[in-house]
Amino acid sequence: MSRIASAFANGGSGGGGVGNGGGGNGGASAFANGGNNKAFIAFVTGGDPSLKRSEEYILALIEGGADLIEIGIPFSDPIAEGADIQDANLRALAAGTTVDGIFELVRSLRLKTQVPFVLLTYLNPVYHYGYEAFFAACADVGVDGIIIADLPYEEKGELAFTAAAHGVDVISLIAPTSAERIATIAADATGYIYLVSSLGVTGMRSEINTDLASLTRLIRATTDVPVAVGFGVHTPEQAASIAQVADGVIVGSAIVRMIAEGVAKESAEGFDKDYPENSTKAHAALITTLRTYAHTMKKALR
Amino acid sequence: MTRGRFGIFGGQYIPETLMSELAALEESYERYRTDADFQAELTELLNSYAGRPSLLYYAKKMTRDLGGAKVYLKREDLNHTGSHKINNVLGQTLLAKRRGKTRVIAETGAGQHGVAAATAAALLNMECEVFMGREDTQRQALNVFRMELLGAKVNTVCTGTQTLKDAVNEAMREWTSRVDDTHYVLGSVMGPHPFPTMVRDFQAVISAEARAQILERESRLPAAVMACVGGGSNAIGMFHHFVDDEGVRLIGCEAAGRGIETGQHAAAIAMGETGVFHGMKSYFCQDKQGQIAPVYSISAGLDYPGIGPEHAYLHSSGRASYVPITDAEAVEAFEYLSRCEGIICAIESAHAVAHARTLVPTLSREENVIICLSGRGDKDVASIAQYRGRDIHE
Repeated sequence: MSRIASAFANGGSGGGGVGNGGGGNGGASAFANGGNNKAFIAFVTGGDPSLKRSEEYILALIEGGADLIEIGIPFSDPIAEGADIQDANLRALAAGTTVDGIFELVRSLRLKTQVPFVLLTYLNPVYHYGYEAFFAACADVGVDGIIIADLPYEEKGELAFTAAAHGVDVISLIAPTSAERIATIAADATGYIYLVSSLGVTGMRSEINTDLASLTRLIRATTDVPVAVGFGVHTPEQAASIAQVADGVIVGSAIVRMIAEGVAKESAEGFDKDYPENSTKAHAALITTLRTYAHTMKKALR
Repeated sequence: MTRGRFGIFGGQYIPETLMSELAALEESYERYRTDADFQAELTELLNSYAGRPSLLYYAKKMTRDLGGAKVYLKREDLNHTGSHKINNVLGQTLLAKRRGKTRVIAETGAGQHGVAAATAAALLNMECEVFMGREDTQRQALNVFRMELLGAKVNTVCTGTQTLKDAVNEAMREWTSRVDDTHYVLGSVMGPHPFPTMVRDFQAVISAEARAQILERESRLPAAVMACVGGGSNAIGMFHHFVDDEGVRLIGCEAAGRGIETGQHAAAIAMGETGVFHGMKSYFCQDKQGQIAPVYSISAGLDYPGIGPEHAYLHSSGRASYVPITDAEAVEAFEYLSRCEGIICAIESAHAVAHARTLVPTLSREENVIICLSGRGDKDVASIAQYRGRDIHE
């Protein structure tokens, strides 16, 4: 079973957690799990405010119970993102984050955990890196999947073969507008399906009005691949409600904003970029916030 | 290869949320492009409202001064709203209306496309919102007010480099949030399929007219046609009906800004690399990490890091050539045409005039060339004055 499959299969109890690195039993599933234990997927923009910090945030989220981590490779023009993640992309780029830097981040994390890692980015950085080199690096450092926000089903063919050859799942997105496209997309899906909860860009929403149950039913008519819902999700109540119909929830903007606020406090305390190991009180508080948040969300999904 | 390709270029690299709408747009466009009633209504608007056909003007003084081929100017600057943008906007807005949309959104750089979109929306009773980078709202303040006069809402874009690229980002984001009643009137031959093809078809009226006009005047085809290129809509419009005329050189003039060697330019063909952005595979100015590079040009309308996919194809196949023109050359050409022919053209179009000044003297007197004068220059007067060190308030 792949790491992604186990994240869903066991809701994080098997392959998840920090410290069981190397495990071949890391197991098939952020998702697979008896009972009603659904996957909590946390997104972090890699390199915001630094790669070292991203690693600490990701480990805190995993300790709190995150079953799968999506790591954003920053892009200059993230057209699917709302303000929180746009700003995070620009901060990460200003900090000098590169694609290779993200690979090193995953390599370092992979020594500590078997939680699945899925990269999220736009096609140009991947295209520019070269598909073969990119997916070979993914396999080398332990990346399990990739989400490319501007690569719809119709264009997936140009890298699907290369990604598959290196064992990387290209995660399919389905939107409220997908309609008759759903069966086609679902039939081709691997890893999990990213069900976009709402129209528009990423960002916290107080209400999600899309009929997720119908969309999920349409997807399940075609495939058993787990369905995770993202865009706008941030409260435990939303998570619990989505867990009734889907296999997992994805939280991005809310986490990215916690990080932005924590880092801002840290700067106010006199955070020195050149000596990031000098942890401040604000940093310690942020780590606790992230761990607690992941724990709360995970609890809502059980 | 997927739909909407020009060689390897083009495609539909866009979030899933927009894919159904793009398919529906493509389907209705395919239907209306051959629909006699739709085409008759569009032609009527182009002729009686926008003022087509536009003149093909023989620039006698410029010809005498340059001492080579005869110079003709295709006067898109004389269209209603002052540029070629109206050709595309009337087509798309009419199409949107037929499709039952009640609202159009548009990006704009120099403001010409925004003004045209606001105009068409006013005429056709559509709601209109325009996205414009903050830097551009400052250098083209007059056009901001013009759009507001026409009843459009202008959204100042403060993200990223605050220019055309960011205006496109914001318009795309807006479209994903409200796709039901809204059509995105993309202003150039760029973006995901079917936009590059559809916008080209609406702009092809330029070369359809110019080809017939030059044959009537000169009984021979031009040695070259040239046009400025940002996204490339007036250039594709100028090229389209000459593509099969092998003897006609097709020349696009890109913005070299302060010089392509300075890094401060918007020359996607001269300095860019193949990439994928804004829905299309094409050439883009980008860095070693595949991040889209900040670009620069004195011309807000050419200040864009990419180029339409059909241009990328015409370049890679060798059918068209693309030359970089600096700010300095464009400003000189802007002043030259003003004094020589009494025509103040847009600073964008002046990039094509600049290239003509070097090309025309190398051709024989029996030959002729056509420059697409894509727009009028009123909007640029203040910034040209500033370039020359004079502070003029609009």
